[in-house]
Amino acid sequence: MPVRPPLWGLLAEFETPAAVLHAARCAHAQGYRRLDAYSPFPIEELSEALGLHSTHVPLVVLLGGIVGCVGGFFMQYYAAVIGYPMNVGGKPYNSWPAFIPITFELTVLIAALSGVLGMFALNGLPMPYHPVFHAPRFALATRDRFFLSIEATDPRFDLEQTREFLMKLNPREVVEVPH
Amino acid sequence: MAQETPQTKMHGAAGRTPPDTPPVITPGYTFGSMTDKVSSIVLTRPTSARWYIGFAIASSLFLVLAVSIGYLLAVGVGIWGVNIPVAWGFAITNFVWWIGIGHAGTLISAILLLLHQEWRTSINRFAEAMTIFAVACAGLFPLLHLGRPWFFFYLLPYPNTMGLWPQFRSPLVWDVFAVFTYLTVSLLFWYAGMIPDLATLRDRSQRRAGRVVYGILAMGWRGSARHWRRYEMAYLLLAGLATPLVVSVHTVVSFDFAVAQLPGWHSTIFPPYFVAGAIFSGFAMVLTLAIPLRALYGLEDFITTRHLQNMGKIMLTTGFMVSYGYMIEAFMAWYSDNRFEQYVQLNRALGPYWPMYWSLIACNVLAPQLLWFKRMRTSALALFIVAILVNVGMWLERYVIVVTSLHRDFLPSSWGMYSGTIWDWATFIGSIGMFVMLFLLFIRFLPMIAIFEMRSLLPQAELGTEPRGEAKPCP
Amino acid sequence: MSKPEAAHDPRPAAVDGTGGSRAAAALQRLVGAAPCQGREYWRTLEELADSAAFRELVEREFPAQASEWADPVARREFLVLMGASLALAGFGGCSPAPAPPQKIVPYVRPPEQGVPGKPLFFATAMTLGGVASGILVESHTGRPTKIEGNPDHPASLGATDRFAQASVLGLYDPDRSQSVVYRGRVRSWGDAVVALRGALADQRGKRGAGLRVVTETVTSPTLARQIGALLDAYPEAKWHQYEPVGRAMARRGALLAFDRDVHAVYRMENAERILSLGADFLDCGPGQLRYAREFADRRRVSSAADSAAHAMNRLYVVESAPTGTGAKADHRLPLRAGAIRGFAQALAEQLGVSVAAGAAVPEHAARWLGPLARDLEEHRGRCLVIPGRAQPAVVHALAHAMNQTLGGVGATVYYTRPVPERAVDEIESLRELVADMDQGRVELLLILGGNPAFSAPADFEFAARLGRVPLRVHLGLYVDETARLCDWHIPETHYLEAWSDARAYDGTATIQQPLIAPLYGGKSVHELLAALGDSPERPGDELVRGTWRGSWADGPGSALPESEFEAFWKKSLHDGVVAGTAFPPLEVTLRGAALAAELARDPAAAPPADSLEIVFEPDATVYDGRFANNGWLQELPKPITKLTWDNAALMSPATAAELGVGYEPGSIGSVAWSDVIELEYGGRSLRAPVWVVPGHADGSITLHLGYGRSAAGHVGTGAGFNAYAIRSSEQPWFESGLSVRKTGERYPLACTQLHHLMHGRDLVRSATMAEYTAGSAAPGRARAEQPLETPSLYPAYEYPRYRWGMAIDLTSCTGCSACIVACQAENNIPIVGKDQVSRGREMHWLRVDSYYAGAPDNPEIYFQPVPCMHCENAPCELVCPVAATVHSDEGLNDMIYNRCVGTRYCSNNCPYKVRRFNFLQYADYKTPSLKLLYNPDVSVRSRGVMEKCTYCVQRINDARMRAEKDNRAKVERDGTWLPPIYDGEVLTACQAACPTQAIVFGDMNDPASAVARMKSQPLNYGLLAELNTRPRTTYLAALRNPNPEIERL
Repeated sequence: MPVRPPLWGLLAEFETPAAVLHAARCAHAQGYRRLDAYSPFPIEELSEALGLHSTHVPLVVLLGGIVGCVGGFFMQYYAAVIGYPMNVGGKPYNSWPAFIPITFELTVLIAALSGVLGMFALNGLPMPYHPVFHAPRFALATRDRFFLSIEATDPRFDLEQTREFLMKLNPREVVEVPH
Repeated sequence: MAQETPQTKMHGAAGRTPPDTPPVITPGYTFGSMTDKVSSIVLTRPTSARWYIGFAIASSLFLVLAVSIGYLLAVGVGIWGVNIPVAWGFAITNFVWWIGIGHAGTLISAILLLLHQEWRTSINRFAEAMTIFAVACAGLFPLLHLGRPWFFFYLLPYPNTMGLWPQFRSPLVWDVFAVFTYLTVSLLFWYAGMIPDLATLRDRSQRRAGRVVYGILAMGWRGSARHWRRYEMAYLLLAGLATPLVVSVHTVVSFDFAVAQLPGWHSTIFPPYFVAGAIFSGFAMVLTLAIPLRALYGLEDFITTRHLQNMGKIMLTTGFMVSYGYMIEAFMAWYSDNRFEQYVQLNRALGPYWPMYWSLIACNVLAPQLLWFKRMRTSALALFIVAILVNVGMWLERYVIVVTSLHRDFLPSSWGMYSGTIWDWATFIGSIGMFVMLFLLFIRFLPMIAIFEMRSLLPQAELGTEPRGEAKPCP
Repeated sequence: MSKPEAAHDPRPAAVDGTGGSRAAAALQRLVGAAPCQGREYWRTLEELADSAAFRELVEREFPAQASEWADPVARREFLVLMGASLALAGFGGCSPAPAPPQKIVPYVRPPEQGVPGKPLFFATAMTLGGVASGILVESHTGRPTKIEGNPDHPASLGATDRFAQASVLGLYDPDRSQSVVYRGRVRSWGDAVVALRGALADQRGKRGAGLRVVTETVTSPTLARQIGALLDAYPEAKWHQYEPVGRAMARRGALLAFDRDVHAVYRMENAERILSLGADFLDCGPGQLRYAREFADRRRVSSAADSAAHAMNRLYVVESAPTGTGAKADHRLPLRAGAIRGFAQALAEQLGVSVAAGAAVPEHAARWLGPLARDLEEHRGRCLVIPGRAQPAVVHALAHAMNQTLGGVGATVYYTRPVPERAVDEIESLRELVADMDQGRVELLLILGGNPAFSAPADFEFAARLGRVPLRVHLGLYVDETARLCDWHIPETHYLEAWSDARAYDGTATIQQPLIAPLYGGKSVHELLAALGDSPERPGDELVRGTWRGSWADGPGSALPESEFEAFWKKSLHDGVVAGTAFPPLEVTLRGAALAAELARDPAAAPPADSLEIVFEPDATVYDGRFANNGWLQELPKPITKLTWDNAALMSPATAAELGVGYEPGSIGSVAWSDVIELEYGGRSLRAPVWVVPGHADGSITLHLGYGRSAAGHVGTGAGFNAYAIRSSEQPWFESGLSVRKTGERYPLACTQLHHLMHGRDLVRSATMAEYTAGSAAPGRARAEQPLETPSLYPAYEYPRYRWGMAIDLTSCTGCSACIVACQAENNIPIVGKDQVSRGREMHWLRVDSYYAGAPDNPEIYFQPVPCMHCENAPCELVCPVAATVHSDEGLNDMIYNRCVGTRYCSNNCPYKVRRFNFLQYADYKTPSLKLLYNPDVSVRSRGVMEKCTYCVQRINDARMRAEKDNRAKVERDGTWLPPIYDGEVLTACQAACPTQAIVFGDMNDPASAVARMKSQPLNYGLLAELNTRPRTTYLAALRNPNPEIERL
């Protein structure tokens, strides 16, 4: 008999958001931790059910904003006061009120960039390959189906028991996902 | 939220809307049918002859732009009508006009998001696209109107052997930063918002090319709950950042005028009244695009009369703000007892450019008054006409501000007249061609409606009525 | 006598090896010399003839060109193309070396001490209508680039007029004729001399009966001597002088009054009351620079207290079309030119001159007579009556009589022999020639300069009659209308290329020295006459020296021994003045009876009210047409009308309303679309656009001469319309009986200022002496809405070393616009052409605004020169995104051209609109000859760059370097020690040119400096100072000194 490729985990498919949410809660209650759920649109309760709470995105954005703000003002201050001071229209070198608009714009720019790029980084995107795509029907996760996955590396994972457990949550089907 | 019914949720704005308000999405759609309908425009449906005709026209106008730019670079800005005293003309008018149009996109996607206006969902995607293309058009003009465009980079802060920097007190440098930031953030917003739909297209696409391209663009998105969480957070913060940005950008643009001491420019009312004007013209442009679109692609179910009505209302409101701006300008001229200001105001209304002034009043002040009537707000045709009028009116407004203030300023000895040459017009019309061309490409190759956000508006998206926490017992 | 350096000179142009004066031998040598030189010519010119561009130029008729000019781009292409091809040919033809072959003496130090990069100044003189005014020519490594006035010259006193300033462009004009031409075929100088000497030989038998020489007015002793010699050799030959803008009327008036031709010289400095009878003496005609200076000196008041002691003069002007002089008048009376005679007669009667009573005077003028007469009588001996060039003999005679009666003679006016060497009535002189030509008595006609085929009165039909002359020879700068009708054309040298001499308005002689070898191989009139005479090969300097050496000119040089003569010669060249050559005053006796008789014979009738009057005037910029191809002058806004590139039919608003004509602004720039009218006069008709001029006399239409050239060159050909076409020799200046028809056509006029009303804005401030002395008004500050310096949130910058500033005295400015051309020459400012001007893109860094105040039938006219204000709080700097315009530590508002990207935001934010932008490639980088013209101290700006007045920063820096080099005793300026730049050491180009010294520039930190003292006057005010721009350029309010009696009328 052919050698089976190493197992990544099990994937259960559900019809409705409510179903997958219920399943996720139970799995988490069961003590499974290497869980993930997949939905065609964001479901706040789902991530809570999986025990996800804090995210670092706001922090990244804050830091980006501070860098943009300070850097933006200093760039102008340096240019006008230290780097090449000039008498422009009789205005003082440090015409700080005139520097505010650019300071503001740079604050927003850097914050926004760090927000989006930070989100990608934390999500590990771009990710050209992921085992879950092996599941034949997983394409529907971006249309109208909801999935719950439990990875083989989970300490409580046991192929038979876990499949049994998942079947109890009356999914449409449960499939093994190879690496 | 718990007691919320699908009906009310579907209407958004927590049921405050009267029961006879049309829904955001016509009932009867499922995740699947809705997804297929939108993605089919890109993936399966054959490209209509109308699209090809439109594209042919737009791209030939784009060629006109290319030729005008070529001639401009070869010969100089002298081919335009600009002179002394009117050293700014069409170019700056078009710049402000395009930038203004851009604002609606960001406003819809950011501010309305923060205000939980679900109805925005079906229009924000192409409104954002419109923003980006409009800003791209806008960006052209300040560049082209330079006497020596090939030295535009002198406006950027880069270390150089001369140790020279831009002159950061100049509103034009503020412009550079504002417009660049605006373009970047809008792009981020647009792209980030599109990733889940790109994933959908990747998974729905029948052709390998489609799978590869959309696959790359989707960056391997798989709708994981963890991702969704961070994604939602980032999108929300981005909206929070974009909101002050959209206000700041047109404020900065208005500084180009307000900071100068020219009578007719030097006015504190400019920032708010420019921002209002921007939103005004922006929504006019959204309608100008949305109304034909929904007809062409049969999207009446997603872009419903509800949307048209709301946009009509916003136009009516911002129209009033703009009118207030006109009023205050005149009032301050009288109240300030500044004879230069007073002359400029009189000269606008009664001077050589009176037809422009009065037609802008007609387009921006009178035309929107039609929107008081529900019949008008609900009739696509009426709205379309008003929207077109407002587009014209807002262009005229900028023209009047730029030209009439310059052509007769302090010293009568240097007064002069201005009018655009054929090259001014060619460049302007060409830029419209470029805008439409880009937009047609967008609706052909990218999802013009945010599918995943629409999904969450469908009744099926509800988590059922059982109280949270004690779900049905686990096995 | 032979000059070694000349002998060694390899240059073909230097055919000046001097030797025996035997004609045959010389001719031999000359013809021998010709081929080598000729080959030079032939080669290049054949290339030239083959170049398509050249043929295009030759074949082009104006309409085709006009269409070309409509498109800015094509037009520039055209200019460049033409310029390049022509000038190249010229260079092939002439010697490339700029230094003239003969020895010339520099003004400052001898040339061998010349430092490369340091200009040298040479004194010479420019003539206009024959009359000289002294100039210093700035020469950079042998290239004349700029004209300044000669302070030692009585007619200049350091000032220049716009023509002198622009003449340096004429020198390098690529359109100048560049080869000897015989009936359209290129020939060599040698061929010409052989042919002409042959023709003269034929005349010898007839004692020159068929020989005629035509010149312009000649004040050159040398030329007079040479022509005299010619006439001695050919006794029956005749010499005619024709000058379209001549002194015929003055001559006739003098003959009537004194029975001899005399020339009146005025002493403005003694005149407290001046009456001008149609005379534009401040701006036009002999001695105008001197007169303007003396006039302004009597007008300037430094303080109210001072003004009591120092009596400000009072000017009455009676004229038809407003002039610069009229604008300065305390009382200006618009009167049809034809009515001035009646006015003069009535006034003379009032003053007790014995004249027939009851001269017709219009009612509004009659009210003037009493007060005016009283005012003049009260200032007996300190008053002056000046008749206008155009006024008939009787008015001149009446003026002489009035001056006599009022005791002016000797005090405010004196009489000398006429300035021309052999004064003639130029119109009668030409009439005689025309008659001879008509009757075929003329076989050989030498036209030495001038363009009679264009500028002769129409009834002479000169061009047609020229055809009856078998052999016609023309010497001139251009292949012009006359040259085209002549068999031979010989290119003439520009006055900066040749040796000559000339006399000023008071007779003072100047020896003109060449600054550069003939660019296009031209010959001076002296060389030509010499070649036709018995000593063909004597170079210009020999000829001129000969005049002054020889006893011919009873000049101071004649008596001197050789050794001293050399010193005298050098000094005369160096000073630009031949000492002691001014004419002595003449004793003249008025023939009152003759005058009275003449007045009785032809009584002053009231001009027919129903018929219009036509008035001819020389043009303010192209004069009589000779400057038509000078772009600087073509583009110079005319002082009153501000028109460029065109002339127009000037009329009063009332007359225009009657005729139902006018003009209206176009939709772009400052173009005006004007109704074209058809002028019908003396059986001839002419089409011209209308221009409405407030203050013009009603019922009178003024045409300016000199436009409508058909062969001026690619700049001047076809511009405007030709007023000579309807000018008659009987009434060359004005006459009633003009009929006007509206054609319904419209014509675009490029006008740089269409709005002349101040709209209640405090732009030009003015007051009367009465107000001022009464202290009721300190017109400057008191009427300012805000003081010059308003409080600011920001700490003000300190300018410890120098604070350059400028003060402009509006009382003195006559609007002559010499400053504009001076600025253009100094700062390499390009011309842009009519099309671009009409689009509002003229490039002048300095403009002179004119404003009207009061009723449109006779408004007060104010001039306001507007350079950059160099604001301390410069609005332009604040908005420049690339710091291309910033402040220097001496307070100059500097432009950095290399940094400018051309956003034009600075111009938008400049309240004074003094910034100029290169919308297209205006500067001419291609035409070789024009490259020589550029001032090397000022960078030439390219397309897409903003530019503006720099306060002539190059001159400031030059003075700074001089101060360093001379290591002057350092002075302490706020902690820093530096070698001082003395007050008055830096003269801006506009300041240097100004005839009335209205512009003063200097260091405001030095309380003793002229500018600081001017700014401390109560008259001082800042333009738009209420904007808190803190302008460094300020103005002194205009003062007027009206006669209370007339005020009350």
